This record gives sequence, structure tokens and C-alpha cells, in this order.
Amino acid sequence: MKTYEQVFSELNRTALIPFFVIGDPDFDTSLAIVKTAVDSGADILELGIPFSDPIADGPTIQKADIRAMKSGIKVKKTLEFIRKIKDYKDIPIGLLMYYNLIYQYGVERFFVDFHQAGVNSVLVADMSIDDADEIIPSAKSAGLDTVFIVTPNTSPERMKLIVSKTTGFIYTVSLLGVTGSRSELSGMVEELISKLKKLTDIPVCVGFGISCAEHAAAIARAGADGVIIGSKIVELIEHNLGNHEKMLAEISSFITEVKNALRIHSNL
Amino acid sequence: MKYKGRFGDYGGFYVPEVLIPVLEELEEAFYRFYQDEHFVTELAQLSKDYNGRPTPLYYARRFSEYVGFKVYLKREDLVHGGAHKGNNTLGQGLLAKYMGKTKLIAETGAGQHGLATAMIGALLGMETKIFMGVTDIERQSVNVHKMKLCGAEVIPVEGGTGTLKDAINDALRYWTAHVMDTFYLFGSAAGPHPYPTIVKYFQSCIGSETRRQILEQIGRLPDMVVACVGGGSNAIGIFSGFLNDKDVKLIGVEAGGRSLASGKHAASLTTGRVGILHGAKAYLLQDSEGQVNETESVSAGLDYPAVGPEHCLLKDTGRAQYVAAEDEQVLDAFELLCKKEGILPALESTHALAYLISQKGKLNSETVVVVNLSGRGDKDVSIVEKHRPLKD
Repeated sequence: MKTYEQVFSELNRTALIPFFVIGDPDFDTSLAIVKTAVDSGADILELGIPFSDPIADGPTIQKADIRAMKSGIKVKKTLEFIRKIKDYKDIPIGLLMYYNLIYQYGVERFFVDFHQAGVNSVLVADMSIDDADEIIPSAKSAGLDTVFIVTPNTSPERMKLIVSKTTGFIYTVSLLGVTGSRSELSGMVEELISKLKKLTDIPVCVGFGISCAEHAAAIARAGADGVIIGSKIVELIEHNLGNHEKMLAEISSFITEVKNALRIHSNL
Repeated sequence: MKYKGRFGDYGGFYVPEVLIPVLEELEEAFYRFYQDEHFVTELAQLSKDYNGRPTPLYYARRFSEYVGFKVYLKREDLVHGGAHKGNNTLGQGLLAKYMGKTKLIAETGAGQHGLATAMIGALLGMETKIFMGVTDIERQSVNVHKMKLCGAEVIPVEGGTGTLKDAINDALRYWTAHVMDTFYLFGSAAGPHPYPTIVKYFQSCIGSETRRQILEQIGRLPDMVVACVGGGSNAIGIFSGFLNDKDVKLIGVEAGGRSLASGKHAASLTTGRVGILHGAKAYLLQDSEGQVNETESVSAGLDYPAVGPEHCLLKDTGRAQYVAAEDEQVLDAFELLCKKEGILPALESTHALAYLISQKGKLNSETVVVVNLSGRGDKDVSIVEKHRPLKD
């Protein structure tokens, strides 16, 4: 199973990490979408398990969660989804989700089952580093990396604590707010990346609000090891629900465009 | 965070990292100011002059005759704004002022907390935004209008069922993006630490007053204290005065909705399973995988799938007992209190009265029961009219 470490050490450019909600808009279409993303050049996948009350997500991902749940996606069914992706290509997968789903599944069993299916890490959106010890032992013993979030208002002391418990990569939020595409980058991100880079060699990936190739290139120039793009891609699903062919074509061309921007940047 | 904010294993602060600094700031400020001389003086003055405290403890003679035991009503319906919510909004509003914050946000279900926040926003001259589900906006339109009159902006929340849970989701999202200058004035003794502790503190005046008043009036403690429970702020407020009085039974009454069997209710403690929502571990109405259930209740203020963490602990230790009252029982109780006492209770508070009616004939005539009449029912008249049209 391919690790984050392998991906980051093999790449001589910033990694492209698209985000999808598993089962959006339904299991089969979602599978086709994620395969398209893989074919178009995704280096790592960030996948969400839909939740009824996603407090860290803006309207775009909320609607994706609702579409997926309405189509009948269950937590157990996402295991099958992940296996199918891994059968298609051995690409690292990070989950981004909410704690109650893990808690109800059973923390220990959750990490074992999802690691077996092919997941490299599980980022819990509504759990801060203070409670991370509720999941770290289970994650580690199952063989997963432990990814945590740093935000622009994280204090230096907390940043050190978060870095000390993180493996794989640090999920860096580029702004104060929830997920969602934005017309401009926040301006807080460069400083945050440079702070983290002084503190650790763990790769730094940036997400939230990155909405176009220019944003991605700017994040890469700021020194990030990966860019995570969620809402912008999920919008392409939402806007093309009636035309799957067009949906897949637009997702493919968007990912290709971002990837090219990251390639060009690395050749400069 | 200095404290863990746990009640047994319940509570905590399960929130995105971005909210931690602002919760830390709130915790620090609360413990800095709550015993600060200026803060205490200003709060006491405004509690009296603005909110109208202390509220009366009233012996409801005709209602007592009907149920066959002695019923005292703690008249929180007489707090300025029409509900106990004003105790907490005044306390937290002043805290926001002492912290130097200039903007308030709040969630609301029935609109009582939203209205109380809007009033405090006006009192303190702060810009106020109230998040309210679209279903609740429709069924509590009078309160929406009042909030706007007080200068607040009411932001409709369309997610989920358009009720309290969804309003909290969006308020949390908004706060995440505006942590620097905005104070989230949380309405219930629920949500992430330090809110359960802060809200209980500002509502504990209900319990301490009630204890003193009942001793003054009858020279002994009540046998039972009853309050409705949604998130649980009015209940924890009145319970807090009697937690150490082991002989005083504490009863929390949840929203039984259409019926417990139908699944259309909001009785988290009575039928829920432990889970995590809105930053706290608590009893939660959810499906087998942990997706949060949609709830239903005739009272918007109790229409919430989780509950404050301290109530979870009180349930587990047996110190308090929790039961549910169904909508039809509640409507009966509403009509009865109007007819017997000339008091229109909020449908939320009426759940506690419905429990009392269910005890008719089961308690002896010397039994003394205190009910927290947490709000007034003017806001609910059109709902009652819809369910129980008046006969000519």
C-alpha cells in the first residue's frame, strides 16, 4: 500500500489532492468521478464520509453530504467504495469526517477496518488535538498515519503540540472559516506555511478556499507540499447532476489544469 | 483549555481546531470576570432593574386542587423578554462587553433565546445576528418580528429540518469565520465547554431564589422539582439549587412529540444513545451508524436531538429522573393552566405541567412540587389555536 511518505518523496512538485464526498451524488457515479480524478492526475485522495451535521463545512459540501445520504450511502458501504478505488489504483487515501460516525462504529474497529480497506489516515473535523488521544492509539496500532489540522489562529505552543502528534502530512487551513470555494486566497497562508516549515519536515498540505489553478500555484509558491481542493470540484458535480458525461469531463479538465499549474510552477 | 469541561465522561469540546482559541479565550474570560467586583455588581443591578429579578414563587391554588397536591410555579415567564433565557443572555452579554467584543451571534429555536439576545444586543449597543431555522421562523413569527424590532438581523437557516439543531450548525459555521470580533452567545447548557458551565452559572439564580423562597413560604424544602428539558438550561438552573438536597426529587421532562413509539419526538435522555454533536458528548437521537435523527415537537424550544452534558450525568447517577410528555398531553396542560390560573405557559414549560397532570392521584395531598415555569406562552397562541381551535 502506497504511503504519503512515498508520494511526497517521489514528487518534485506540490501534490494535488482533490476532495470528494463518497457517494455524491450516488455510489456508482461517485466511483466514476473519483476514478476520473485519479486518471487526471490526483496524487492523493481526500474522501469524506457524509454526516448529517457537518459543522466544519460550507453549503457546497453540506449539499454533497445530503445527496450522498439520500442515495443511501452508509458508513459500511464506504468501505466497499474505498476497496474499489484501491483495486483501480494504489493511491493514498485520507478520510475527512466527523467523530460521531467513528464513535458509533467503535473507534478501534473503525481504524482496523478502514486501514484494511486501504485508508492511510483519518482526519476528524470536530476533534482538536486536546482529545486526539481518544483516537491516536487505535489509529497507530492499525497502521494509519495521524493527520491533524493547523489553522491561522493556532498558537505557537499548540502548533508544536499538533506537529508532535502528526504523521503523514499536516492539514493546513488557509483561512478562518468553513470549507467552500472563495474568489481570493486569504493572505494568511504564506505566514502559516513558513511557520510550520521552521518547525517540522512533515509535509504541509493546504486546504479550504482553494478554487482555481492560480490559487494552487500561489500555494505551491508559498512552499506547500500539497494543495487540497474540495468545494470547487464538488461544485462541478452539483452543476452537472443532469449530465454525467459533462460532469466527468469538467472534473477531468479542472484537475488537469490545476496539475499543469503545479507542474509549471515546479519547473520555474 | 484550562479545564476539560467534563461531567463524568460527558461534555468536552469536540470542535474544529479553529474554534479552540476562541473557546479558550471565553473560558479564561469567564473565570476572570464571574467573581469580579464590577462584573458582579453590574450583573446584579441589571438582573434586578432590567430583567425584573427575583421572580416570584407562586402557589398555584386552583391548579393544585385539580392535581391533588401542592404546586408552586417559579415564574421565570415574568423575566424580561418572557423566559428564563434573559438570565443567561444578560450574563453572557456583559461578559462579551467586558471582553471587548462588539458583535453578538446566537442560535434560537422558539425564538426566546434569540429575542433575549436581541434585547441584550440593544441594551449593550452591539450588532446582533440571530440564526433561526426556517421551520421555526414560520411557527414563531411573532418572536422573529420582536427580534427585528430590537435591531437584530435574523438569518434564516434552511439546512436539515430548519430547526434548532440546524441553527446551531450555521451559527457555529459563521463563528468559525468571524472568531476575531464575534461573541457566540449560546443559549443552552449544552454545546462545547465552557458553555454548559457558563450557562448553568447564569441560570443558577433560578435555583438559589427558589430554594430561599420555598423555605420562606412553607418552612421546608419541596418534595419534587420539575422542569422541561430541551438542551436543559432552565432545568439545570433550577436543579442547581437542590442538587445537594438528596430528599428533593428532580424530574426533567423531555419532548415526547407525537409519541415515543412513533420516533417523532425529541426525548434524547429518555430514548437516545451516547454520541457527539455540537461539541459535546451526550445522549443523542441518532440512527445505528451515528447520523443525527430529525426531531419533532410542538414546542420549538425543545426540538433538539441532544441535551446538556450535566443532565446526562444526573441521569446516569440517578440524581435526576427524566421522562417525556407527548404533544397532546402538553396541549391539555396548556389549556388547564390558562383556565385554572390565568397564566399562559410557554409550550416548552408546559411539558413540566403535563408531567404533573400525569401524577394526579398518585401523590398525596401534602406533597409539594415546584415547577419551573420557564417561559410565557404568548408566542405559542397561534400554534395552540391550530391544534385546538376555540369553539364558539
